[in-house]
Amino acid sequence: MSEIRLERIHKIYKETRAVDDVSLHISQGEFMVLLGPSGCGKTTLLRSIAGLEEIDAGSVVIGERDVTEMPPRNRKIAMVFQSYAVFPHMSVYENIAFGLRMQKLDKDVIDKRVKSSAELLHIENLLDRYPSQVSGGQRQRIAVARAIAMESEVLLMDEPLSNLDALLRLEMRAELKRLLNEIGSTTVYVTHDQVEAMSMGDRIAVMRAGKILQLGKPLDIYQRPVDRFVGGFIGNPPMNFIAASVDRNGSGLIAGVEGAGSVKVDEEGGELLKSYVGKPVMLGIRAENIDVQREPTEGATLQAHVLVVEPLGSHDLLTCQLGGELIKVATRPDMEVRADEDIHLALEHERTVWMDPESQRTIGM
Amino acid sequence: MTAPAVPADGTQQQAPPPSRRKRTPRKVLNTFLWYASAVLMAAFIIVPIYLIFVSATTPADATYNYPKSLLPEGIDTDNIQKFVNASGVIDAFWRSVIAGVITVVLALGIGAPAGYAIARYVFRGRDGYRLVVLSTRAFPIVILSIPLAVTFRNFGIYDTVWGVALMHTALALPFAVLITSSVFVSIPRELEEAAQTLGCSPARAFLRVSLPLALPGLTAAAIFTWVLSWNDVFAAAVLTLRNPTLPARILTSLTQASLPWQFAAAFVMLVPSLIVIFIIRRYLLGLWGRVVK
Repeated sequence: MSEIRLERIHKIYKETRAVDDVSLHISQGEFMVLLGPSGCGKTTLLRSIAGLEEIDAGSVVIGERDVTEMPPRNRKIAMVFQSYAVFPHMSVYENIAFGLRMQKLDKDVIDKRVKSSAELLHIENLLDRYPSQVSGGQRQRIAVARAIAMESEVLLMDEPLSNLDALLRLEMRAELKRLLNEIGSTTVYVTHDQVEAMSMGDRIAVMRAGKILQLGKPLDIYQRPVDRFVGGFIGNPPMNFIAASVDRNGSGLIAGVEGAGSVKVDEEGGELLKSYVGKPVMLGIRAENIDVQREPTEGATLQAHVLVVEPLGSHDLLTCQLGGELIKVATRPDMEVRADEDIHLALEHERTVWMDPESQRTIGM
Repeated sequence: MTAPAVPADGTQQQAPPPSRRKRTPRKVLNTFLWYASAVLMAAFIIVPIYLIFVSATTPADATYNYPKSLLPEGIDTDNIQKFVNASGVIDAFWRSVIAGVITVVLALGIGAPAGYAIARYVFRGRDGYRLVVLSTRAFPIVILSIPLAVTFRNFGIYDTVWGVALMHTALALPFAVLITSSVFVSIPRELEEAAQTLGCSPARAFLRVSLPLALPGLTAAAIFTWVLSWNDVFAAAVLTLRNPTLPARILTSLTQASLPWQFAAAFVMLVPSLIVIFIIRRYLLGLWGRVVK
């Protein structure tokens, strides 16, 4: 178990910067998720840690060792591939034992480690079979067992769940989390699935176009995205973005939404928006941070029109027309909001983020 | 839950499956033509082989009988024995085998790494290289053989199995490169990468993972190469004089030899090829099945 320090990694393919000056410190035992849309450089970054990709500049340090120039076999890493990469010509047992045999370990030690990692993944009854004789989900377990049998300092996972069907993925997600918690290894996990990232990671690095846009705990990123892209990428439904304009109102500020009313800006927001008086801003808020009222109250100052109601059991998801824009609002099912109803909305002040409409970045971050 | 196709009243309306259409006379004719041409093509190959077999095993005096008997009149090995005992035939047979083996070793030894490179690495001019490899086949053997004979004489390998094997290697290489590259393309790169993260050097990852998986395909390439060498008569005839391979040896006495002797020669040439072709078929089907997927 070691920390990983990536310093100013560059990887350039012809014209594109796959990884563009990325530095990232992953502490010992941490579960770090690299999250981003396809082509954002997350897999390239992971492969650079593994040594499968030669980097053009920068350094990779695992524990105390600078491994930048080392081939994969000397880096003390283990990796789970998206396609599993289970060897089809070896039995399940031999697959798991492969890395241990390469280390020329004692036969008894190998046997013990193969069996214990097979047990951890509940595939101990498959050891004599060949990969073609087991299901996709079981093959995935073999790949994970093979990696953890290495007892390496660092565990790298490249979209390990993306080839499983939805139900199996859900099951395996929880199981992987428990397992990695148990063995406590430093893990770097690549995914494009924001739910996977939120539910599994200690920290998430959201990437786009070869850069890390935001690095932080899942909830922090969820609540305070650094820009519009992150707010839209993380969370389901994506964060609402509403165009507004800032004006003075007595001693404080208000943000007006055209055709819907205006909201008071709290003290903290007022500090941030000082220089935006008389200018447009963008207001970001998540569906569950909007309170629905039937009558206008002191807080519920925005008027909206309900277009669609989607009952989801735990909550109803409303699609509303607010001024010229469509927003998503989550409400309690017992409110029984109906389509075509006019409602009044109150935004939670401390869950509101203000963004500059020009740069689309959160103000004050 | 019942099948939704069953109506509520419980009666099953047996609509004919939409895929089965009427047998029109036109369709029947098409099917007939299809099978007829298949039979014709098969006969084109099988009939001569059968006649060779019958003639080779007919006693020498019966060979000239007319009308010819289409059934073997018992198996008579006299002709074949005569052919095998003719001067130089056994030596030529072994030279053919040795030339074939050398060709296989050289063609795969050079061709498989090239095929691997084409399959695994993106390098400048890869597509051009692939084309150039094939274009060597654009030169007729006639044009290649005569200057080669002169060159081989200078190098002192004229009239040796080595000279013949080198020529055959040149002929077989394009196929060896293309077949092996398609074999290696079908083996996912991630398997080798996984082996590398598990402690293998790139060379060892190849030996432990890719090579075992490629073996059936490489075997097919080897057999294909061997057949090519075994069947070549022209290059061997030009490049040898006193030490011919079997086809070259047969060619030299073909004009003077009796008909039974010719049939026996054809038979001895055919049998090894047929055996390897049956084996190649098994492997190639497996190989192509994987590549197509």
